[in-house]
Amino acid sequence: MRETFVAATTALLDEDPRTALVLADISADVFAPALRKHPDRALNVGIREQLMVGVGGGLAMTGMRPYLHSYAPFLVDRAYEQIKLDLGHQDTGAVLVSIGGSYDSAASGYTHHSPGDVALLDTLEGWTVLVPGHHDEVPAMLREAARHDDRVYIRLGLQENTRAYPDGGKLRVLKRGGPLVVAVGPMLDPVLAATADLDVTVAYTNTPRPLDTEGMRLLAEGEVIVVEPYLAGTSARLVSEALSGLPHRALHLGVGRAEIRDYGTWEDHARAHGLDAAGLRRSLRAFLGGGA
Amino acid sequence: MTVSTLRRLTGDEKHAPSAHSTLDVIRVLYERVLRITPETADEPDRDRFLLSKGHGPAAYYAVLADRGFIPEDWLDRMGQWNSPLGTHPDRVLIPGVEAGTGSLGHGLGLAVGVALGLRAQGYLQTRTFVLLGDAELDEGSNHEAIAYAAALPLPLTAIVIDNRSATHGWPGGIPARFPGWTVSLVDGHDHDEIERGLLVRTGKPHLIVAAVEPKWS
Repeated sequence: MRETFVAATTALLDEDPRTALVLADISADVFAPALRKHPDRALNVGIREQLMVGVGGGLAMTGMRPYLHSYAPFLVDRAYEQIKLDLGHQDTGAVLVSIGGSYDSAASGYTHHSPGDVALLDTLEGWTVLVPGHHDEVPAMLREAARHDDRVYIRLGLQENTRAYPDGGKLRVLKRGGPLVVAVGPMLDPVLAATADLDVTVAYTNTPRPLDTEGMRLLAEGEVIVVEPYLAGTSARLVSEALSGLPHRALHLGVGRAEIRDYGTWEDHARAHGLDAAGLRRSLRAFLGGGA
Repeated sequence: MTVSTLRRLTGDEKHAPSAHSTLDVIRVLYERVLRITPETADEPDRDRFLLSKGHGPAAYYAVLADRGFIPEDWLDRMGQWNSPLGTHPDRVLIPGVEAGTGSLGHGLGLAVGVALGLRAQGYLQTRTFVLLGDAELDEGSNHEAIAYAAALPLPLTAIVIDNRSATHGWPGGIPARFPGWTVSLVDGHDHDEIERGLLVRTGKPHLIVAAVEPKWS
């Protein structure tokens, strides 16, 4: 996904003089041609994430459209107050594009993990959160974000589904059956594998914010399971609001809060958090009982 | 006129020393230097002033009222319900305010972005000014901006009001914390000295240390 992001953003810089790119060293190597070609608005501030967001806020205050990029723990966790004040409080916007969400940087350890990025943004007003499940979903997200001045977070991951769903902005039903299972972004393939012989409805979205609450209300029939590639329960409040007044049971699966002090690969961590197909199947069967 | 206007403001006595320390610099900015009026407050090539030291904005509000950006009767209700004037300024609520500040250490980074955005859009005569306090320099985020502005180099002007309120002081002097910047040292109450400092344009980032009486004197 990072390669797609680099290509699409480089093209945007070429096409639209309003576009700006602000890096904090991460990915500066792959953006080197853009940094050379557009030195006035393709910027690498160095390993200074607070400044990266502050500069983005300042650029936006002059009418430019800044794209900011780094690892999620540095872009969101570290620079949270700048995101809150230098963008939100100024009533300006930017496009934040992260890599390294949750445990993608598995071998680097917890200092480089960010399972809570979306939860942090959920404390703030007006953020669109996009979690592509396939690299072919990325360019349209970047281009759409160039057309306005709102606040957008695009979370790029190593884990991808086998096929893209460009129409994943709303809940897209891929399998019809009983209880609703919502798969966010790259969680789709493991969810489909886990539910291959279960009587469930599976719906996909790559746009968890704003969550398609209307679609959820239409699809949910008493039981809903949300599978997210970040902190478990991040969407619980929105699901509760969506199903307000409807008797329902909900299960929220995602990355656990407990720090796993181990390394390996994202697949290892997915397994440890129960987010591989086998783990998801265990959780689903336990929740749904013998009826599924 | 501004002093009498300033006296009109109540409700933020805690920050009164901060407000009074900035008054002369802000007056000189608006009366002699900034190319901005209420009529041009939204023009893209207007000069920009960011009050990073959002604490104690009474002086800022007084000058904005004197210059016609806001009605004077707004000053009577600072910090009250349904007042656009808080004890920290909000750019969404107050005409002429470029940045909403209060939490320290944000204005300089924003100002760097503003200066870069203006330069990228070809507004080469437009100037960017940002005002900080010497205690505010304790915030590490400032030093990210200080180093980057020097590395570019980016011609913006930072004014540090030095009322010696930083908890551990600045041994070696404040300019030593701004490597690569050109520097003016001025009396923070002497309007001609302040003006001379503000008019300096070197092609590099420029620091003005405006010394005023110690906060705790």
